[in-house]
Amino acid sequence: MIDIQNLHKSYGKLAVLRGIDLNLSQTGQISAILGPNGSGKTTLIKSILGLVIPDQGDIRMDGQTIKGQWAYRHHISYLPQIARFPENLTVTELLAMIKDLRSGPTDDDALIQLFGLGPHLQKRLGDLSGGTKQKVNLVIAFMYDSPVIILDEPTSGLDPVAMIHLRELLQRARQQGKIILLSTHIMSFVDEMADEVVFLLEGAIRFRGTLVQLKTQYQEDNVERAIANILQGESPILA
Amino acid sequence: MRYTLSDLLRSRWVVIYLSFFLLLTLSLLSLSGDVSQVVISLMNIILILCPLVAVMFGVMFFYNSREFTELLLAQPLRRTDIFFGQYLGLALSLSASLVIGVGLPFLIYGLFASAEVWNFMVLIVIGVALTFIFSGLAFYLALCNDNRIRGFGLAILLWLFFAIIYDGIFLLSLIVLRDYPLEHYAMAMTILNPIDLARILILLKLDISALMGYTGAVFHKFLGSLAGSILAFLALALWVVLPVWRIRWRALRKDF
Repeated sequence: MIDIQNLHKSYGKLAVLRGIDLNLSQTGQISAILGPNGSGKTTLIKSILGLVIPDQGDIRMDGQTIKGQWAYRHHISYLPQIARFPENLTVTELLAMIKDLRSGPTDDDALIQLFGLGPHLQKRLGDLSGGTKQKVNLVIAFMYDSPVIILDEPTSGLDPVAMIHLRELLQRARQQGKIILLSTHIMSFVDEMADEVVFLLEGAIRFRGTLVQLKTQYQEDNVERAIANILQGESPILA
Repeated sequence: MRYTLSDLLRSRWVVIYLSFFLLLTLSLLSLSGDVSQVVISLMNIILILCPLVAVMFGVMFFYNSREFTELLLAQPLRRTDIFFGQYLGLALSLSASLVIGVGLPFLIYGLFASAEVWNFMVLIVIGVALTFIFSGLAFYLALCNDNRIRGFGLAILLWLFFAIIYDGIFLLSLIVLRDYPLEHYAMAMTILNPIDLARILILLKLDISALMGYTGAVFHKFLGSLAGSILAFLALALWVVLPVWRIRWRALRKDF
């Protein structure tokens, strides 16, 4: 359960998060965080992970504040937007290192099989293609059985087969009762996978609700158009 | 920290650094039989080179591994553990290069049996201390500046300042203020520059006061050789601790 209260963050003079209140306690649900560039999505995600330190407000996980804490990250699996790996390590070494740094049972063999990474295991991470790196990224994100999964642009660079596997993994995670946060620009993915949408604009939540509610309120069957309506008018279009 | 070490030990540059010292020390030793001469020549090189390499390498390393650091930060790890692991890994691997590069030739020449070994130890300690100090400073600079070019530039400037400009300013000020009693001023100025501190320590140890010039004479005169050394040593230790403390402060507050 993640509880965000009155979160404020500015980078210098630029206010990126202006009073975000968000409670994610529904398990087995995929929440999509959407918003134009600069709306604060990444800052919000990074604040949950402790990468960014907010100016004001509190984030609690299972009732405990995360400020100054690090152990709570045992319960979160994170997929960063850009897979940043040390170039000189091989895939196997990277996985071994993460397993060493973070305790718990892992499912990496099954995932490696799933994404067909077998032949790439001994290669240097610096030599891999973007899509392959993203698959490694996904293995790392899904190999632990964490109750919370946060994914930032998980689809980037994935070939169609990998996309299918990603969908399977997400659906399985949902069935397992995890809380899943997904940030993406790909509306069709949101349409297929998300249960609810949290729409951020200029640092504040403009809309939060299920996909059905979104489409009804903004009179569009298509998530993309509904979002476009929000952006254009910031008020529901009444027929 | 383990991973930083293994990553770095694989780096070509560390190996080049090591071989440089090896070759240098070997050639110096073969050219001259007198150990203290070799130590002095080495000292001059180490005093300039160790800070430079530590600063450059430190900054480069930090920026290159920044992306990986972000990955680590999302894991259940304490921030201080991550950064100190990196810092120590860097400082230790550079120091190891120094110790092995200089130590091995000395070992081969069988100089551990002689009385000179003490001087040699001081040289090594100084080199290691400078490496730690300047790696720490570089790390701090890199932490504070997201802009790589700026961080790099500042690092070079830092080295230039401490290695060269500082002494220029100091000498100038001595000339300008020459009519005033300057002993304490001189000591204070020396403490403010780790390279000068290191130089003083070595010279005190080697007991060649005549070469020390003004600052050394002051140290020697006012504190005696041993006390002077201890003071210089403590000051040097402080130079290591302070940047590290600042790194910790900064690391805990920084956004990624």
